[in-house]
Amino acid sequence: MTATSSTSPTSPTPVLQVRDAAKRFGAVRALDGVSFDVGRGEVVALLGDNGAGKSTLIKAISGVHRLDAGSVVLDGVDITAAGAMAVRAHGVETVYQDLALFDNLDPAANFFAGRELAGPSRLPRALRLMRHRQMTDRTRELLDRLQVSLPDLDAPVALMSGGQRQAVAVARAVAFSSKLVILDEPTAALGLRESARVLDLVRRLKDDGVAVILISHSMDQVMAVADRAIVLRRGRSVGETAPTADNHERLVAWIVGAAGHQTI
Amino acid sequence: MARQAPQPALAVAAGSAPEEPPRAAAAGRGLTLALAVLRAGPVAILGLLVLLLGLVSDVFWSLENIGNVLNQSAVICVLALGQLLVVVTRGIDLSVGSNLSLSAVVGALVWQHQSSTVLAVAAALATGTAVGLVNGLLFVKGRLPHPFIPTLAMLTAASGLALYLSHSETIQGAPPLVDEVGAGRIAAVPGGGDIGWFPTATFVVVAVAALLVLATRGLVWGRWVYAVGGNPEAAVRNGIPVPSVLVSVYAVCGLLAGVAALLTMGRADAGSPTAGALAELDAIAAVIIGGASFLGGRGTVLNALTGAFVIAVMRNGLNLLGIDPNWQYMATGVVIVVAVELDVVRGHLESRFRSLQAVSAP
Repeated sequence: MTATSSTSPTSPTPVLQVRDAAKRFGAVRALDGVSFDVGRGEVVALLGDNGAGKSTLIKAISGVHRLDAGSVVLDGVDITAAGAMAVRAHGVETVYQDLALFDNLDPAANFFAGRELAGPSRLPRALRLMRHRQMTDRTRELLDRLQVSLPDLDAPVALMSGGQRQAVAVARAVAFSSKLVILDEPTAALGLRESARVLDLVRRLKDDGVAVILISHSMDQVMAVADRAIVLRRGRSVGETAPTADNHERLVAWIVGAAGHQTI
Repeated sequence: MARQAPQPALAVAAGSAPEEPPRAAAAGRGLTLALAVLRAGPVAILGLLVLLLGLVSDVFWSLENIGNVLNQSAVICVLALGQLLVVVTRGIDLSVGSNLSLSAVVGALVWQHQSSTVLAVAAALATGTAVGLVNGLLFVKGRLPHPFIPTLAMLTAASGLALYLSHSETIQGAPPLVDEVGAGRIAAVPGGGDIGWFPTATFVVVAVAALLVLATRGLVWGRWVYAVGGNPEAAVRNGIPVPSVLVSVYAVCGLLAGVAALLTMGRADAGSPTAGALAELDAIAAVIIGGASFLGGRGTVLNALTGAFVIAVMRNGLNLLGIDPNWQYMATGVVIVVAVELDVVRGHLESRFRSLQAVSAP
């Protein structure tokens, strides 16, 4: 457990520190003492078979589940007990597989849904006038920075491809200076070309200094973008290493349970 | 037919496009054009209707008849604008007709007993809003499975209350100002001689429509209404106060039923307990015909007005041509099916457009 922080290759001050996270659902130990860190600008892949505890872990971090024991600390702030909205307010955004986009709205409206730029501030929020120009400009800046090209910024996202929609969802996640972005199977529904574009986007998040937790079943993609891979099995962290071609077999062995806990 | 036609074409487009990006781009342009045509569908239906009636009827284009159409459409327009907001949030309000009757009766009774224009108008608007508020609260706080239930209950309850309060009789009399707005013509608009042809009620429609355009496009509230309709779960996750948005939408729909009640009172110089009977069907039909989607999230003020005018013009035309009024109902039915079928086709074209984006985007 303690080995993780000392071997963390890139980060002297981790953005996220998870310590001894435990969560039970009835008789099932979904998480059984998981600890790991994520540093600034670091992409950490969570690997593991179905039911290994990946989903429970990211839901515990994002405040959807509350841990039975252990702690989650973000930039020095303990967010273990914070709810989902509070965790978001602290700068942790999660992009689930369903993306949770508003199909009928354009990208800018999607980015700012629930936090529209509007005024004057003495009015109740619902009755304020939206600042359309400001929202569109900020959206364009962000998309440019992430090098996401969309065919039409005024079109509803319903008219965009799976990859474009994923890009909008990821861009929305980082739109509000978030510190940590959790991506749950971001390429699961995409073809090769679009998957490659989403992985490029993940690299640019890293360059921007955003910490990323990536859940993926594709070892190729993990090797392509992740700095570190953590393997979960039956609610425990059973191994942690840099996902290189040399370590490929070892990672697979950990996933299927053919080797004991090791840190390399 | 419409359900199946796009499928094979979709497979072809997705399969052949990677080798031929120019063809995909061309197909994309074609789809964009088709989508634009479909979006303009309701306006095209209205235009066709107006054109046809102008050809077969000599009086259709007379100022007097145009004035009549505008006057008759005013109530449908106002009700449809309220219904639009509800439909955008994936809901339905079946009670607007009964609400109109109840609000008109209350307004007329207050006028009868108090002889105060302000009180009578306020009473009608407050009644309408209260009914809408109860609808919204029953739906949201009562956790009823679908707005169909509370508004169906309200349809019968409000209608019963209107009949009870009025002893099943029309309450004669309305404030002169209400009469003037509901039935008046404006002599200042040229062409109608001393009496005028342009109905005052049309100004009410224009004012309501303008306010709603401002509210839906300008206010944060309007954005939230469309967000709730587009993806209710995502709206919750994004911190949008979904229950309050829903209640407010039903309240505004009720308020507009109150406005429609005043227009009806003015036209009849009375408050009838059956004034709004079946008006909810016109309102719902107008929203659907106009191109708003029953799946939620889509539909504009222009859509609702277009639909309302399609119904009003159709009714007017069949009258002018001396056709059995029962045909009106059948014709409305046909137009509803056509309009919804257009929406279905649009959905299919959009998914084709999406898969083209995946292969042809830079």
